[in-house]
Amino acid sequence: MDLVVINLIDGLFYGLLLFMLSSGLTLIFSMMGVLNFAHASFYMLGAYFAYQISMYLGFWMGLLIAPLIVGIAGAGVERYGLRRVHQYGHVPELIFTFGLALLIEELVKFFWGNNLMAYQEPEILKFALFSVGANAVPAYKVFMIFTSIAIFVGLLYVLTRTRVGMIIQAALSYPRTVEALGHNVPLVFMGVFGVGTALAGVAGVLAGPVLGTFPGMAFVLGSIVFVTIVIGGLGSLWGALAASLLLGWLTTFAASSSFQFADLLNFFGMTRPEDMSESYLRDLWSLTLPQIGPILPYILMVLILVFRPYGLFGKRDV
Amino acid sequence: MTDTYQKTATVTKAPVFSMAQVAPWVIAVIFLMVLPIAFGSNSAITIMNQMMITIVFALSYNMLLGQGGMLSFGHAVYMGVGGFFCMHLMNIVEANELPIPLPVLPIFGGLFGLGLATIVGSFSTRKAGTVFAMISLGIGELIAACSVIIVAFFGGEEGMPGDRTYFLPFFGTEFLRQIEVYYLIAFWTVLSALLMYLFSRTPVGRMANAVRDNPERAEFLGYSARWVRFFSFCGAGFFAGIAGGLFAINYEILTETNLSTTQSGIILLITFLGGVGFFFGPILGAIAFTLLQSVLSLQSEIWQLYLGALFLATVMFFPGGLAGVLMMHVPAARMGRLGWLVGPYLRTILPALIGIAGLAALMELLFHVRHSATGDTDMTLFWVTFDSHSILPWIVAIVATVGGIWLARQGAPKLRETWHRANTPGAAKTTGGAA
Repeated sequence: MDLVVINLIDGLFYGLLLFMLSSGLTLIFSMMGVLNFAHASFYMLGAYFAYQISMYLGFWMGLLIAPLIVGIAGAGVERYGLRRVHQYGHVPELIFTFGLALLIEELVKFFWGNNLMAYQEPEILKFALFSVGANAVPAYKVFMIFTSIAIFVGLLYVLTRTRVGMIIQAALSYPRTVEALGHNVPLVFMGVFGVGTALAGVAGVLAGPVLGTFPGMAFVLGSIVFVTIVIGGLGSLWGALAASLLLGWLTTFAASSSFQFADLLNFFGMTRPEDMSESYLRDLWSLTLPQIGPILPYILMVLILVFRPYGLFGKRDV
Repeated sequence: MTDTYQKTATVTKAPVFSMAQVAPWVIAVIFLMVLPIAFGSNSAITIMNQMMITIVFALSYNMLLGQGGMLSFGHAVYMGVGGFFCMHLMNIVEANELPIPLPVLPIFGGLFGLGLATIVGSFSTRKAGTVFAMISLGIGELIAACSVIIVAFFGGEEGMPGDRTYFLPFFGTEFLRQIEVYYLIAFWTVLSALLMYLFSRTPVGRMANAVRDNPERAEFLGYSARWVRFFSFCGAGFFAGIAGGLFAINYEILTETNLSTTQSGIILLITFLGGVGFFFGPILGAIAFTLLQSVLSLQSEIWQLYLGALFLATVMFFPGGLAGVLMMHVPAARMGRLGWLVGPYLRTILPALIGIAGLAALMELLFHVRHSATGDTDMTLFWVTFDSHSILPWIVAIVATVGGIWLARQGAPKLRETWHRANTPGAAKTTGGAA
């Protein structure tokens, strides 16, 4: 029981982290119709910038300033890169963001090297808040969970209750009409791109101390974020939330389960062969659920794309 | 890809094969035959083998991206799986002494790639664009992850080794020497390239272009966009499998890296750099990339940074890639006006190159200062050894960068004007002449 509670908390932590990335990505997608491959790279930039700032000004200033820089960088990429490539069509746009992801990783290696950075959570949050059974829950994780929830609520409020949010929503569906009404739609797009990347930056600042700040961190999380928004339904904020939590809990529970496929084979009346080296099923006998945990999201995504291309909550086809 | 420079089918019935179509192939064959005589060293042959395998792989990728408009992030899977299958076949032949000669091995790799592509294509080609890209990414990650789980087929982390010399001798050749492998790979490269070219000329290949540009209209003409995409996808899988077979023969080992998404990303990069709008684009890309890789990686630790910047610049400014840039000059060449461009080109590109070299020098200096061991201040750049912590090299690099780029910007308007006139029929070489 203790283990279940701990897994629930860990899954929530991971799911909300995913959500901070996928919410920005899904907003950007519904706006420009293009998946931003470099989104996780902005997450990485957030972590690195925050590390650099925290060396001089401490963690809290890093949390404040780093996402701002990342957001400005993101807006710049939209203004001077994506807008230019837009005229060639969607596939070149996708290739552009892919190239950007490559370049950002190389730039990070260039400035900070290949090693893990010594980026740590602030001293004030370095204690166990409470413990479930024998497992302690760090205060930092709880802080992160509440920060993400606050960001989600704030985002929802801005999008649905304010004038700016109304214009953004209208611009997503009918850009030409909104433009005819006198609003600067390209500026709205640039702003949404900036805010989306800044959200990724926040996720990076918060996740850097826990998951490690290294040049591969974008690659590790990058494709999972895509999987999340495809499963949730492209362009749907609630879908992104649901899919993030689903994937968070799925991977956490799979990683800690003790299920072995040998049990399944035994259940179907197969017996373990004596000489394992001769059997072509030998890998199946030694397979455990934690081993295939990391690929479960991909299986889920392919199934979703084949049987329900709209995703769980999506309204439009990808 | 909405590139408009791809030659469209001519309406009039042309002879099946014209001299201009056959000539490049004959030249290519002769070129490949004499190449090892000119560059006979082992390292040169190693690079050329790698180049030819990359050519087959890149061409097969372009069947998807350039000709079919399908962006795949998991194409390495078909090459890798084909290669792994060939490796198993190699070991089976060795164990059972089957009478199979080595040169036919890539066919089996191709067939296995085709089989996998048929299964995956049956559901992934329903849509192009983002859906296809995402499914290809998912399948790619899935199979790459399986490579560490299914040890029986993929050999786990050590990979799958084999030995090509146990095959039936082929006209007395046992493929012990690199040069023999070279000719084997060259044969398959030419054959696959020719087959892929012919595929692009068939009605299915032509329809692939139509479906890429306007699937709706193609459907109105009575073609199923899905089936057309499916055929292209299977063809691409087949030739990727052949490339995998060649890889197995050349390196005699396959590891999980061959399946990774990084590998799929590299082939996208190569194909796009070469140019997706023309059949020969990926060939240029493969040659340029392999050369860059083998030369730059020896010279610089940050060559991947340059590669990334080059790739991004290509996407932003030259979406036609190398081939596109070359073919831009065809109209001017037809009018015999390439000579007009030489002067302005020299005045713009030479300073630009100096500027880029200066920028690269700055990057190298910065990298050296940040990452070299303390006390190690000597670095060698452009065949000069100097102290990276002194001020002089920095000044030289900054002057070269700023000066080069400034001069290039000065020359650019003149170049643009000359370019415009060289491409306008009836225009005079200099302003003030008869229009």
